[in-house]
Amino acid sequence: MSRRRTLPAISALLLSACAGPQQSSLNSAGPQAGHTESLWWVFLGILSLILIAVLGVMLAALARRHPEFEPASPERTAAAADRTERRLTRAVAAATIATVAILFFLLVASVSTGKTIAGLASPGSGLTIEVTGNQWWWYVRYLDDNPQRIAVTANEIHIPVGRPVQIRGTSQDVIHSFWVPGLNGKRDLIPSHITTEWIQADRPGRLRGQCAEFCGLQHARMALWVVAEPESQFEAWLDRQRQPAVPPSDADTQAGYQVFMSHACVLCHNIAGTPAHGQFAPDLTHLAGRMTIAAGALPNNKGTLGGWILDPQSIKPGNHMATISLKPGELQPLLDYLGSLQ
Amino acid sequence: MCSRCRDGIAGIAILLAASFGCRREQRNLRPEPTGQAMFTPLKVSNPSSGIAYEISEGQRLYTWYNCSGCHANGGGGIGPPLIKTSWIYGGEPAKLFESVAKGRPNGMPAWGDRIPEYQIWQIVAYVRSLNQQEPSSATPKRLDTIETNPQTIRAARARTGK
Repeated sequence: MSRRRTLPAISALLLSACAGPQQSSLNSAGPQAGHTESLWWVFLGILSLILIAVLGVMLAALARRHPEFEPASPERTAAAADRTERRLTRAVAAATIATVAILFFLLVASVSTGKTIAGLASPGSGLTIEVTGNQWWWYVRYLDDNPQRIAVTANEIHIPVGRPVQIRGTSQDVIHSFWVPGLNGKRDLIPSHITTEWIQADRPGRLRGQCAEFCGLQHARMALWVVAEPESQFEAWLDRQRQPAVPPSDADTQAGYQVFMSHACVLCHNIAGTPAHGQFAPDLTHLAGRMTIAAGALPNNKGTLGGWILDPQSIKPGNHMATISLKPGELQPLLDYLGSLQ
Repeated sequence: MCSRCRDGIAGIAILLAASFGCRREQRNLRPEPTGQAMFTPLKVSNPSSGIAYEISEGQRLYTWYNCSGCHANGGGGIGPPLIKTSWIYGGEPAKLFESVAKGRPNGMPAWGDRIPEYQIWQIVAYVRSLNQQEPSSATPKRLDTIETNPQTIRAARARTGK
């Protein structure tokens, strides 16, 4: 491996230790993040060269002999000082010009990358996803001209590969920031304002995103997943999200349904096709199909879901889910019912 | 000791003493579960009273639990207004708590088995703050949704031409 490649390779390796490849600007999945990634490498390259040059000059200055400062006759010292003065003036002038030129080049590169990314908007692609930040989860709505075809979900966004998607972001409470590093830069979600951003994934896969604006106690556990999948698979997924919930089919899920409807769950959660119409907590209509619960805090399985329901405040202290008191024997059917919400 | 040093030391002492006033508001992150409020003995004083965070939580819950569905933003509708001077069942914190927890005739549902006790106290504090019965320093501002914002002001100016 040549030396020119070693440095970027080592820094990429070090950086990849910080975030998995699923949440990294250096592992771009689409054109928007691709431009950011190229810009990042340009910056890294130029700045590394500058660092090496500056260190080199400094080391050379330390190592070199300084004949001018050795004792000598006054005439010689004056002449030498003059020479040094001229040489230093030239060097400082050259360095200043180089600094201004390099900074200007980086500025132009950065602004033009921003413009290129902004120019990737493609109205008319037909897919607009509304993302609303909440303390501490993401409300997600797939908009459609036909209100019956609007799909609601939470903390997980599916997008078709190769199609530009518009994200319309806003917030329900405080300022959040939508950031999926593999797809695009950060976009703040501001209460009672709408901000837009375009994303596009060119290869199937799962990308992790995170709230990038401090938003309170559980800011760190406010993550989301973007699943990029082939068009047909995506359409099938979206069709399922549009359907009301699966009705309870056996005695266990029927009992769980009763537990859900008779407890405080219904005050905040919505399950389409049932009397649960709460609008302030994640929609549970197709909960079982999601990868995670509690906005990426835990994987979605029976054990974690049970733990979450019994004591949500131990997992995300301060979150808005109240602890509900379940009688012995109510949890299992409730988990069965929630697990059936495919 | 020089007089300037004495002044300096006194100043530092005053600052130190004053800094104890900045005691951080404690939040209980492990509050009690739902389903108890119906049966707990009534407290005379509201534990949420006077605490800005608690009252703003009450404001949030007022919307979340759809109190506004009947009482609107305090002006009343299907249910009686909550900004007023005379209360049918009493306006003291304990009476308000009872109204929320156990319900009242003619439509007020009992929330005691659904909402945890601490949240009822937060809602009670919020309702009292609507009537200026909480310190103004702890009273939250009106909801964003009913607050005028630059956009509505601009729209109104455009309409009236002023």
